[in-house]
Amino acid sequence: MLHTQNRRPQSADHSGRSRPTFTGNRGLDLEEPLLFEIGRAEVTGIDIDEPATTKTRLGSLERTEPIGIPGLSEPEAIRHYVRLSRMNAAIDANTYPLGSCTMKHNPRLNEKMARLPGFGDVHPLQPQSTVQGALALIEALAKNLLDLTNMSAVAMSPKAGAHGELCGMMAIKAAIIARGEEATRRTVLVPDSAHGTNPATAALLGFEVKSVPADADGDVHLDAAKALVGPDVAAIMLTNPNTCGLFERDIVEIARAVHEAGGYFYCDGANFNAIVGKVRPGDLGVDAMHINLHKTFSTPHGGGGPGAGPVVLSERLAPYAPVPFILRDGENLRLVEHTDGTQSFGRMTAFHGQVGMFVRAFAYILSHGADGLRQASEDAVLNANYVRACLADLMSQPFGERPCMHEALFDDAWLKGTGVTTLDFAKAMIDEGYHPMTMYFPLVVHGAMLIEPTESESLASLDLFIATLRDLAMSARCGETERFTGAPYLAPRRRLDETGAARKPVLKWSPPVPIRDAAE
Amino acid sequence: MSDVRYTKDHEYVRLDGDVATIGITDHAQSQLGDIVFVELPAIGKSLEQGGEAAVVESVKAASEVYAPLAGEVVEVNGALEGEPAKVNADPLGDGWFLKLKVKDKSQFDALMDEAEYNAFVATLG
Amino acid sequence: MRYHPLTSEDRADMLARIGVDNIDALFADVPEGKLLREPLPFAPHKSELEVERMLSNMAARNVAASQVPFFVGCGAYKHHVPSAVDHLIQRSEFLTSYTPYQPEIAQGTLQYLFEFQTQVAGLTGMDVANASMYDGSTATAEAVLMAHRITKRRKAVLSGGLHPHYAEVVRTLSQMANDDVVTLAPDVHAREDVVAAIDADTSCVVIQTPDVFGNLRDLSDIADACHAKGVLLIAVFTEAISLGLLKSPGAMGADIVVGEGQSIGNALSFGGPYVGLFATRDKYVRQMPGRLCGLTVDADGRRGFVLTLSTREQHIRREKATSNICTNSGLCCLAFTIHMTLLGETGLEGLARVNHANAVLLADALANVPGVDVLNETFFNEFTIRVRGDAGDVLGKMAECGVLGGVRASRLLPNAGLDDLIIVANTEVNTDYDRAVFVEALRSSLRGGAH
Repeated sequence: MLHTQNRRPQSADHSGRSRPTFTGNRGLDLEEPLLFEIGRAEVTGIDIDEPATTKTRLGSLERTEPIGIPGLSEPEAIRHYVRLSRMNAAIDANTYPLGSCTMKHNPRLNEKMARLPGFGDVHPLQPQSTVQGALALIEALAKNLLDLTNMSAVAMSPKAGAHGELCGMMAIKAAIIARGEEATRRTVLVPDSAHGTNPATAALLGFEVKSVPADADGDVHLDAAKALVGPDVAAIMLTNPNTCGLFERDIVEIARAVHEAGGYFYCDGANFNAIVGKVRPGDLGVDAMHINLHKTFSTPHGGGGPGAGPVVLSERLAPYAPVPFILRDGENLRLVEHTDGTQSFGRMTAFHGQVGMFVRAFAYILSHGADGLRQASEDAVLNANYVRACLADLMSQPFGERPCMHEALFDDAWLKGTGVTTLDFAKAMIDEGYHPMTMYFPLVVHGAMLIEPTESESLASLDLFIATLRDLAMSARCGETERFTGAPYLAPRRRLDETGAARKPVLKWSPPVPIRDAAE
Repeated sequence: MSDVRYTKDHEYVRLDGDVATIGITDHAQSQLGDIVFVELPAIGKSLEQGGEAAVVESVKAASEVYAPLAGEVVEVNGALEGEPAKVNADPLGDGWFLKLKVKDKSQFDALMDEAEYNAFVATLG
Repeated sequence: MRYHPLTSEDRADMLARIGVDNIDALFADVPEGKLLREPLPFAPHKSELEVERMLSNMAARNVAASQVPFFVGCGAYKHHVPSAVDHLIQRSEFLTSYTPYQPEIAQGTLQYLFEFQTQVAGLTGMDVANASMYDGSTATAEAVLMAHRITKRRKAVLSGGLHPHYAEVVRTLSQMANDDVVTLAPDVHAREDVVAAIDADTSCVVIQTPDVFGNLRDLSDIADACHAKGVLLIAVFTEAISLGLLKSPGAMGADIVVGEGQSIGNALSFGGPYVGLFATRDKYVRQMPGRLCGLTVDADGRRGFVLTLSTREQHIRREKATSNICTNSGLCCLAFTIHMTLLGETGLEGLARVNHANAVLLADALANVPGVDVLNETFFNEFTIRVRGDAGDVLGKMAECGVLGGVRASRLLPNAGLDDLIIVANTEVNTDYDRAVFVEALRSSLRGGAH
């Protein structure tokens, strides 16, 4: 254990952390003002050559007012951002068990490869004869994705998971338009447990969203799904493994029912990392699925992006894939950038997609190889089930003892009567040095706690994590509510006032009003 | 004394002559938590019974407020724009949302009275 | 395998603790016959050294922008990025963190997002900016959807100077969402009359400046004409450095400003990842897509930041969300804000002046080359030339001389009768020597181009 039972901080007032300091700093934890409070408009951290003396060609459009953006010298800038960085939790520092987000190790080799000048310093519109290596990399990654999914085609350009989802659903809509059924196939079925992006995407494309309930075991209700499919249904959008961390047992039958009714099966591939090398979505009847390269193939999350969301397509949808795509003429690779003469539904983004992320994902796949890819999925599932098994006696599971895939789901039934909520429990994890698990998602489980350890955790690190959660759980049950309700005590900030932030949104810095003016 | 009726979506209606004042119930505000924003309809807008009349947002949730009766919007509570907290503090008073000129008063009579609404809320656990 | 900490012994112990015999017992829910047992069609795992060799060989088959005199632009620009930027964005705490949903332990990300939003609002001359979008083209499509929500009309008018790929992204989304789009003819000389294309169904007019041909456009009169008809003006830019020298779109009356931020802090990376910038007026903030970071206080009264107004977003509003987007371009947005902080206003303006002066030098030099016309009256760091013959052939010959001389307009706009146009970008990285080589390569390509 990290600390003994009788030395636990009871509240901020009892912790040494509350001792005031002159600077507000706490040892190595440094406070940092806003850039606008320390920077000055006349300061720059970059030496720029004097421009040549020429006439301007700006017409009457030259700026006359100052912008009001300060600068910092290089040493000041380095300190500013280094201090900010130290206020963040990160996978590199500790277990980050954020369910459905797949916070696994980010190999540094991949960063280095993406920065090779031949990949990082190449323009999307330079002559294609000068980018054959980059095109070959995209082609090779595309082939890998097809091999892992047993699908027919892949659209590489979508920039993130939700963008891939949009791409896949557009391909489905294009196919429906081509069949002349646009007016009649207007319904998309989405389970209650789905990611919010699924109904948002379907609605954006003008579909009517109908929800499908889950059964008592956490699967999509097979009979309910079968009852809903019909000639009005364009598609069903299912996540598999689903958002409860379970493999949908009836997925093949659901796919068959949807296909028999003339609809398509969109699979949200957010959890593909659990089954890479174990199950191929194409074998399950999937027509389209996005792959979150930043999750499954560990291109970094980067504090919320950039992601990458290529979409694999079945033979039925392949003709509608967006431009650009790559064709091979013998030794030569060629980009098709316009839809003329194709059935492509159009274009998702200005250029060829997140190529920098493709390099990282390809390096990941090469490094792992046939054995490592399968091992990664198996270890992810093993780690999640180990956490589940070791906590099952203390924390309640909504779907009983059923094995999970890559993430273990608990509900808050076990917290009933303790005065501690899922949120409180999660915030107390912060004081123990852990990033909280995903909370209150999926929505179908009350007070959900979704734990995804990933394959990157060693047994020792899992054991410490489990012991910590057990200690917290015992503490909640023993009525030590202060440890939770006021938590976190030890983070760079205590709980933040989100209500105040939303009621009077302050979304940028404004110069302080001089006291004399304010008084008038 | 004006009469107040309730819906299963937790709106209330207070009828004065043919003008109905509409808001959300105390139960609804306590379920939503701190209200941060209220989106109100344009004056003059004609609403169907059960049509979307307003949107109320807390930090983590957004809910539609449906028109309990058909009618034309004649007034909205502009004070909520700057002080949405009024909905939490006094939902049946200062926290009202909008006033409708009612088309058909029989729709009002069909809604739940206070005793029926309280019994309905009790069933929600 | 270097990335997997578990040993075989660990795995056996863990399976025993779970109470199953083998790993496939945990995959018992997979339908009959669907669990793969044969080896995957991949080579076995490789060492770092081997992977590095393979990828370096692939990379070596590409011509990097820094290897040659390089004049390619049209939506992505070669600029010098200070070393500090790439160092800082690779800090573990930035690189390997998630979206800042737990603000107590994500103040670093949240504070830079707040600073980024302030910088973007300032640069664009707008009230408020979001925490970034995927790229400029998707930001443009989202801006059109936002204008439709605000005006409750469903038709967009796209200028003929808008980057053709941006226009294509807008058309694709609009067509799929059953909205109307009018795209004006390619407008090489910035002479179109967009206002004439407005009708009662028009929600927004989308205009790029500097436009795809490099022309600068004064939006002020167009903004007035739009507003008189209840139409929103969406201003687009693809070269963010231009904002350091030009009147801001906000000052010219734009209602929504979107653009590509790649030029500041981000590598070319063959087209992505980039960073979309998105700004608007205060009154429209609740209709804005994407993440927003806001100021607040913590339980001890200390200043802090949180993601806010999230009820607009898909994870709460689901099918009623303003957009299906659930990410921003975090690390690219960090690179942007660090580079911007290093520049400051002084540095940005200086950099913009160098870009402009370099482009003017090249344009002046080209004016003396027979068979070449510079078409622009105004430009920032990019302009269009007409050459005698086919632009593709000319660029191909220049490439053989080791010069990447620009983008042929027909690559972006095939079958538009623009086969003799080349769009040429010139930034701070181009030296006098580069320009001299460019002019010579162009001259000799034209001489040899009589077949």
